[in-house]
Amino acid sequence: MAPILEVSDLVTRFYTFDGVVHALNGVSFDLQAGETLAIVGESGSGKSVTMMSLLHLLPMPPARIEGGSALFHDDSGTIDLLKLNRAEISRVRGGRIGFIFQDALSALNPVMTVGRQIAESLERHLGLGHEQCRRRVVELLEKVGIPGAKQRYRNYPHQFSGGMRQRVMIAVAMACNPKIVIADEPTTALDVTVQAQIVELTQQLQRELGIAVIWITHDLGVVAGIADRVLVMYAGRPVEIAPVDDLYDHPGHPYTIGLLEALPRMDAAGSKRLISIEGSPPDLMAPPAHCQFAWRCRYAFERCWNEVPPQVSVGPQHHITCFYDVNRERPRDNV
Amino acid sequence: MQRYILSRLFQSIMILFGVLFIIFFMLQATGDPVSLMVSRNASPEEIEAVREAMGFNRPLIVQFGDFIAGAVVGDFGDSLRHKQPAMDLILERLPATVELATTALFMAMLIGIPLGLLGGSNPGSLWDTLARGAGLIGQTIPNFWLALILIIVFAVKLGWLPAFGRETWQFLGITLPTRSVILPAFALGLFTMGQLVRFTRSAVMEIRSEDFVRTAYSKGLSDRQIYIRHILRNAAIPLISIIGVQFGYLLSGSIYIETICSWPGLGNLLAEAIGNRDFALVQAIAFFTSLVVVTLNLLTDIAYGLADPRIRYGD
Ligand SMILES: Nc1ncnc2c1ncn2[C@@H]1O[C@H](COP(=O)(O)OP(=O)(O)OP(=O)(O)O)[C@@H](O)[C@H]1O
Ligand code: SF4
Ligand SMILES: [Mg+2]
Repeated sequence: MAPILEVSDLVTRFYTFDGVVHALNGVSFDLQAGETLAIVGESGSGKSVTMMSLLHLLPMPPARIEGGSALFHDDSGTIDLLKLNRAEISRVRGGRIGFIFQDALSALNPVMTVGRQIAESLERHLGLGHEQCRRRVVELLEKVGIPGAKQRYRNYPHQFSGGMRQRVMIAVAMACNPKIVIADEPTTALDVTVQAQIVELTQQLQRELGIAVIWITHDLGVVAGIADRVLVMYAGRPVEIAPVDDLYDHPGHPYTIGLLEALPRMDAAGSKRLISIEGSPPDLMAPPAHCQFAWRCRYAFERCWNEVPPQVSVGPQHHITCFYDVNRERPRDNV
Repeated sequence: MQRYILSRLFQSIMILFGVLFIIFFMLQATGDPVSLMVSRNASPEEIEAVREAMGFNRPLIVQFGDFIAGAVVGDFGDSLRHKQPAMDLILERLPATVELATTALFMAMLIGIPLGLLGGSNPGSLWDTLARGAGLIGQTIPNFWLALILIIVFAVKLGWLPAFGRETWQFLGITLPTRSVILPAFALGLFTMGQLVRFTRSAVMEIRSEDFVRTAYSKGLSDRQIYIRHILRNAAIPLISIIGVQFGYLLSGSIYIETICSWPGLGNLLAEAIGNRDFALVQAIAFFTSLVVVTLNLLTDIAYGLADPRIRYGD
């Protein structure tokens, strides 16, 4: 499999009145064509900021992307998303990379029909005429499972239920056959049965259209069910990346271990929210001078307080950002 | 939507009824109304005769019923001073006030809305500073003071505009305004302009950071498309209510501006009626302006409901 997206050393900061927020401190990961990459991490760990940085969706100011690259490969070649100008990135947004947001009620324009809101990206990226657009929108609405699509075309967002609105959001994201869809906590606002339907729908469309999905979530139950690989974020850095089974069976980073231990047994049918482990995340106002997890880490030793750990590979697809080897119960000597 | 309109209509009628109640009992509260109608040295018998003739000796509740019945058909009795129906006097003065109010509203919208849009879209820019300045000026400078200054500068010093009075221009039987309206309209519209700038600016700033605008960007739309289809359309809906309320305020006539500029409108008539203690006329004007304001608010609510699908297709 070939990577479709390669992000390296992404650094994003917010220059606010209170000081500089070091939101992303070197984020690297890749995404393979057609796979599902789940991103988990506590609130504020930088999951959304990472994705919005890639598509230039952050408010600037206060945000500034201060380093890194994000190579996007497709049939027409390779581009660095971070180097694109406004016009160029707008061709990628919605065209080659679709976005599904958490709360579909606030993410859809309340005074525009859902049909128009989907048609907008078709006009923009595929240059379809009015009639073609309409037909394609009705098709899309049917595809995402909205009954009575023809009539629903003219409805406004408030006339849909929460689950149906999220389906509309999915239709918006998938309208132009994107290569990647980024779903930022798409099911958090929904109740459990509807969540499952949305997860299933996304997976079905993903298989059908061959889309790579980045799925941001707090819900480790969903992760186990849908992800091929998992990226764990902490304080603006990836701390562990691994194939999903590998991560659950052999977690290598103390933070991941803590998360999995804090997780109630998953034999119950319902999915479990990520319960945060003891202690609180660090203040992002100070630039990181050591391992950001050291305050909460039961394995922390002297080196952890003096240096920022680099990413090390512990398997062909398994990377950890830590000085300590939990399996052999001693510091790594090769980093 | 129907229920929405009916409930607004019911509210409006209740408000008007309340206004009539206040207007009627205010006259009673100021003392014996008959004393206003007879000469200072009238004999008790003469006073009693007038009381009898005007029906003031009947129980209050009966008088109130009569008053309401008259008000419904626009009959508030004759002006004590002009000896002709109060409503006729109002209708005679109405065109001047409508002309002034409409011009004032257009001027305020023409300056206020674009300035608010520019300021709200570019926070911290020169436009934004201008917008905030205009908002502040509009809300703090008293309009009668501005009217005097404008008269001194544009009428007295420069001689570009007439200092006072209303001149009209007849064209195919239609009465059209002339430049005489510019100066009073600008002064009258100043407050509205300030409101519109402030409101438009903050609406645009707020909507710019809404999630659905971020969604619009994530679809790859251009800045222009996002402004027109997503930001402006959403800002326009609440703007409807501000404009409606402000138009009501402008239409009820300004005593200060119309007096200073000798504009022969309702405000001027009201000032004169108060001076003459012309109670029937004051009552008629008070009710008429309430009617205008309440009707405009009702129309505004309906327009708002039509423009906002959440109300139009709500229950
Ligand atoms: N506009 C902003 N101004 C200042 N700081 C910001 C801004 N947006 C995000 N941040 C900061 O960036 C950090 C990362 O935020 P981000 O939204 O990516 O977290 P997240 O991992 O998506 O959390 P959640 O699970 O709550 O969505 C947070 O500390 C947040 O305070
Ligand atoms: S580097 Fe040190 S402090 Fe950080 S997670 Fe590893 S062991 Fe813990
Ligand atoms: Mg987030």
